[in-house]
Amino acid sequence: MAEKDKVKKRRHWNRDDTELTLISLPTVIWFVLFSYLPMFGIIIAFKEYKLSGGHGFLYSLLHSEWVGWKNFKYFFTSNAFAMLLRNTILYNVVFIILGAFFAVLFAVMLSNLRNKKGSKVYQTMMFFPYFMSWVVISYIVYAVLTPEKGYANAIITALGGQKIMWYQEAKYWPFILTFMKIWKGLGYGMVIYLASITGIDPSLYEAAVMDGATKWQQAKYITLPSIKTVLVMMLILDTGKIFYSDFGLFYQITGQIPQSLYSTVSTFDTYIYKAIQSSAPIGKTAAASFFQSICCCCTILFANWVVSKIDKDSTII
Amino acid sequence: MVINKKEKQFNQIKFSTNVLFNLVFILLSLVCIFPVVFVFSISVSSESALQKYGYRIIPTEFSSAAYQFLWNEKDTILHALWISILVTGLGIVISVLLTTTMGYVLSRVNYKLREFYTWLVFIPMIFNGGMLASYVVNSNILHLRNTIWALILPLAVSSFNVVICKTFFKTTIPDSIIESAKVDGASQLRIFGQIVLPISKPILATIALFAAFGYWNDWFQASLYISDSNLQSLQSMLNNIQSNIEYIANNPYGGLSLQQYKASMPTESVRMAIAIVIIVPIACVYPFFQKYFISGLTIGSVKG
Repeated sequence: MAEKDKVKKRRHWNRDDTELTLISLPTVIWFVLFSYLPMFGIIIAFKEYKLSGGHGFLYSLLHSEWVGWKNFKYFFTSNAFAMLLRNTILYNVVFIILGAFFAVLFAVMLSNLRNKKGSKVYQTMMFFPYFMSWVVISYIVYAVLTPEKGYANAIITALGGQKIMWYQEAKYWPFILTFMKIWKGLGYGMVIYLASITGIDPSLYEAAVMDGATKWQQAKYITLPSIKTVLVMMLILDTGKIFYSDFGLFYQITGQIPQSLYSTVSTFDTYIYKAIQSSAPIGKTAAASFFQSICCCCTILFANWVVSKIDKDSTII
Repeated sequence: MVINKKEKQFNQIKFSTNVLFNLVFILLSLVCIFPVVFVFSISVSSESALQKYGYRIIPTEFSSAAYQFLWNEKDTILHALWISILVTGLGIVISVLLTTTMGYVLSRVNYKLREFYTWLVFIPMIFNGGMLASYVVNSNILHLRNTIWALILPLAVSSFNVVICKTFFKTTIPDSIIESAKVDGASQLRIFGQIVLPISKPILATIALFAAFGYWNDWFQASLYISDSNLQSLQSMLNNIQSNIEYIANNPYGGLSLQQYKASMPTESVRMAIAIVIIVPIACVYPFFQKYFISGLTIGSVKG
């Protein structure tokens, strides 16, 4: 790409360029308004925002006092910070590892099924949860967990156990959230790995059978090494997003985060969202939000650098 | 034991393993589909049975009260459905147009501003202003609060989809077609609209589908920007009634006062019935379009 560009550099602006610019103008405007304008919004994090009477938001913002790193100091020294960092990262680590494990496991199993029709049907059914929103799923979870009427407690009491107040006991939630996350994403992950398994050259397996390899050995020495690149890429790209959390999962499934679960299920995203909904000073919220963006940027760049060491073609940059 | 040679094909898993695997997948498929049955059976249970026996997978007393209630409140429900459809429809059109035009322009190797555009699209992939800054810009600078555009525009473009499009155009559309059209004096807009788009249906379908499910399932934008009840979509209605279900009850009938009507409404089952109203269209549509999703995912993994 770079060499081609150098040759073309000296060319003059022509009709084609004008037309292409016009065609893409709406999208360029979109990017400026919805991607780049918010990037400058980070100055809020360095200001003590005060509304000046009679003036608009921009005027107030520009005339608010600069406070340097004060908002950041406040966020880093608050009780919430360590908890948010721990929750966001730990949940993501568990989601990434278990998600990949189950997706690969079931993709390999599915590729070995004798009935190809069945395999299509299973794929379709397992893909289904991916298309539901967390709000809808939160109703399903509610139907199971609501203490007085839910299916879970009905089964527990039928077996002679005690009712569990699910929405008040924090200890169950790491498991519930992990289960729901895997449940929703399994079909999606499985389809990605299945696509790369179907791309493996069949002659490899034929040769292996000639040498007397069992199915297990084929999976271990052919299938897994063949999808290793895709697997590593997916893992690294997910790791790049480790500071983001799946907002709907943490906010909706828990029933909008009751106080009793607060320190177990809060992440950066739920913290910022709750601050936006309350009347918290926006400077302090902006500091939290900006911190998250910077961390994400660093992890994505780092992940991409690692990918470039392994396989140059799979980088996103 | 005699093995029927015809049946035993080359390199297949053992029959018993196959049965075992099938059982595992049947179980998994049920785990993925069955929860919808939970919700459905609550929605067709009578309120008194729910109070007395709790939720049951096979309802103890059938009742269509929830759906009758929704029908009675059809003004509210149909309005929310209309907003959902409107947002999804407009969203698909805007999203596809903005994404494919940019993808096309980026795929033109000779374009003068190509390098600049590549950065323009690429930078948002690694850095963004964050949730708060977007919120502030959308509500205080662009004044999108309580307009339908707040539900549509912020979600319209993703850099990732633009790159998918660019890759598709670059790999599937021969340069010679475009060059010959240019020789015939066609403008770029004409080439894009009359030549490129018609032969790019798979990518259009993929982008449209990603957009459709994104918009249909969105409740987050609404929860941030919409307080006007005229702009409630189904999803945001479902989100709101978690705390306050009474607000959809406006049309008492059968000589009831509004107070009595609200007290008599089948609260539990109505919630679940609305969830069903959202799920059914998705469940009906997605099996047919699933292949476009999968092709989109696989195109996405090829770098252009």
